Amino acid sequence: MWSFILRRLLYNVPVYLGILLLVMGLLRVRNPVYAYLGKNADEKQIAQLEESFGLNDPFIVQYGRFLWKGLRLDFGESWKYQGTTVREKLLASIPPSMSITVPALILTSVISITVGLMSSFYRGRWIDRLLVIAAVLGMSISFLVYIIFGQFFGAFLPKQMGLEWWPLEIGGSFDLWFSMSSFSVFGLRVPYPDINAMTWVKFCLLPVLISVIVSMGYDTRFYRAVMVEECNRDYIITARAKGATKRKIMFVHMLKNAMIPIITRIMTTLPFLITGSILLEMYFNIPGMGRTLITAITDMDYPMIQGFTAVIALLYILSIILTDVLYALVDPRVRLS
Amino acid sequence: MIQRAASNAEPILTVRNLTTRFRTDLGLVTAVDDVSFDVAAGETLGIVGESGCGKTVTSKSIMRLLPEQVTRIDPKSRILFKGVNLATADEAAMRSIRGDKIAMIFQEPMTSLNPVFRVGWQIDEALKYHTTLNRAQRRARTIEMLRLVEIPNPERRVDEYPHQLSGGMRQRVMIAIALCCEPDILIADEPTTALDVTIQAQILNLMEGLKRKLNTAIVLITHNLGVVAQVCDRVIVMYAGRIIETGSVHDIFHRPQHPYTQALLESIPKRGRREHGKRLPTIPGIVPSLHDLPSHCRFADRCRYKQDKCIAAEPDLIETGDGRAYRCFYPLNQAPAAPTVGAR
Repeated sequence: MWSFILRRLLYNVPVYLGILLLVMGLLRVRNPVYAYLGKNADEKQIAQLEESFGLNDPFIVQYGRFLWKGLRLDFGESWKYQGTTVREKLLASIPPSMSITVPALILTSVISITVGLMSSFYRGRWIDRLLVIAAVLGMSISFLVYIIFGQFFGAFLPKQMGLEWWPLEIGGSFDLWFSMSSFSVFGLRVPYPDINAMTWVKFCLLPVLISVIVSMGYDTRFYRAVMVEECNRDYIITARAKGATKRKIMFVHMLKNAMIPIITRIMTTLPFLITGSILLEMYFNIPGMGRTLITAITDMDYPMIQGFTAVIALLYILSIILTDVLYALVDPRVRLS
Repeated sequence: MIQRAASNAEPILTVRNLTTRFRTDLGLVTAVDDVSFDVAAGETLGIVGESGCGKTVTSKSIMRLLPEQVTRIDPKSRILFKGVNLATADEAAMRSIRGDKIAMIFQEPMTSLNPVFRVGWQIDEALKYHTTLNRAQRRARTIEMLRLVEIPNPERRVDEYPHQLSGGMRQRVMIAIALCCEPDILIADEPTTALDVTIQAQILNLMEGLKRKLNTAIVLITHNLGVVAQVCDRVIVMYAGRIIETGSVHDIFHRPQHPYTQALLESIPKRGRREHGKRLPTIPGIVPSLHDLPSHCRFADRCRYKQDKCIAAEPDLIETGDGRAYRCFYPLNQAPAAPTVGAR
């Protein structure tokens, strides 16, 4: 097991280096300094900056330097927010993202796996048809519609109607997110927002609900398809012939077999747990990773883009390795060798 | 051939007028039509016939394992087991019978076991549902069952997964699951079809031995007449959802009365009997579609003895009193004492 994980990690080192090479190369297609200085820069300023950013060194040297510093999560200083390091921005933007995505993923998975199981079990009956129609309707509507309607009916309208007690709000101020406590891991300051249950409900519940509703349609249909396939397997009838109850068949026999597609589905969304949903973060004014990265891209904040991309790519690769390990745990036929 | 004593003991399972219909896109089809038979304690009853003649549906109707939404067991059907009509019993009653009183094994040992659970767990599951044994006792019983089905090294095998076992071993595990609660009846639905010939013989011998040891009646569903000859006491021949002939295995093999049975017997390859260059006899045509059953004799279109009467009406199942029955206007091999129904 451990040798498998180690080997997979080593295999992925060249992949990761390639990703970083590509990102750095693409970001140097146009001289980054132009973006930094704007239209009215003169030759001297450009030369000076190129020198100070190390852009005059050969590409391979810059690449090496980036890797070397990256090992210590040092991606330099943000160009836009001078005096703030990319690492600080990164660490500060992860908690807001996760306070939305973690509850959303858990809720979506639990609900849609259960609904998918039920739907497949009663397939062909009215309850199944109703659920399928609801799922197709749900997934046919744009994310933006959910956000706009959700904000209007979930927060704006109740406030307009003078419901003082109504807790939901559309995004707080950044102050909320930046009033952070922190703890230290391996010498890194890890910040987390000072949030209690009430403020979480106030600012996070609505985006979480929208996120759940948006993913429900896709996930329910996916899990239903997985379960329908399992329903037709021979071992189901063996279990019935043994005298197993329907509940045992569904939640023990079928569910364990369905774990592989379920794990794949959940694992592929794992990196999004940290990067967050860009749309939700934009519309709810949540300073999470998605929003921060998008802002960095529009600002052409090169160190930020490089640093964030490096971290996101790393998370992807790690989640893929984790997926393989989990496969082996649920399916005895998968051997890690 | 040694004729096995046909049990005339009290029947343990009585099936009367079993009629099973399926709702399909093309309308209602009758897969099993008015089937009646008895299973005596400890006997081996063979049900033979071509694919699609209703053998499997009959057995799954008894176990009530057919998909509920599309299946209709006719309310006139009676499947009497220990005073309970299984045709109308509720799901809870069926659950307590399945695996405990009546067990079943299937055609495909490669896929019939759940791939993600250890074989021991899968045997243990049946014991958990039907016995009051504690965990340690169930474990001991599981290993004992594996030993009984002649799996070498049961202490080690019990913790293996199905994919670590061969097809024959998996079918042995299926038998162990089926027999661990010592059922009264074991329904074996083509248990050897997916296995190669040497393994087939082993599995049949095993079932035969266990039947004696546990006094379990076996309902063996197969299209392999060689298998029937080897293990069965009595035989039911089915065609297009109907019983067309029943009798002891000796009678069926030596004096078949229905032309279909005769044709089936002729199409078995026999060592030494085949003349050089001569083709193996086959039955021309195919089983009529259930969507389009003739109202006359269902075998008439393929029958070499067909006469006018055969395409005018459907014959009834005629019982001749000696435990035999046939559904034909012009039966073959009439025993001298039996009433002659029609001359051929």
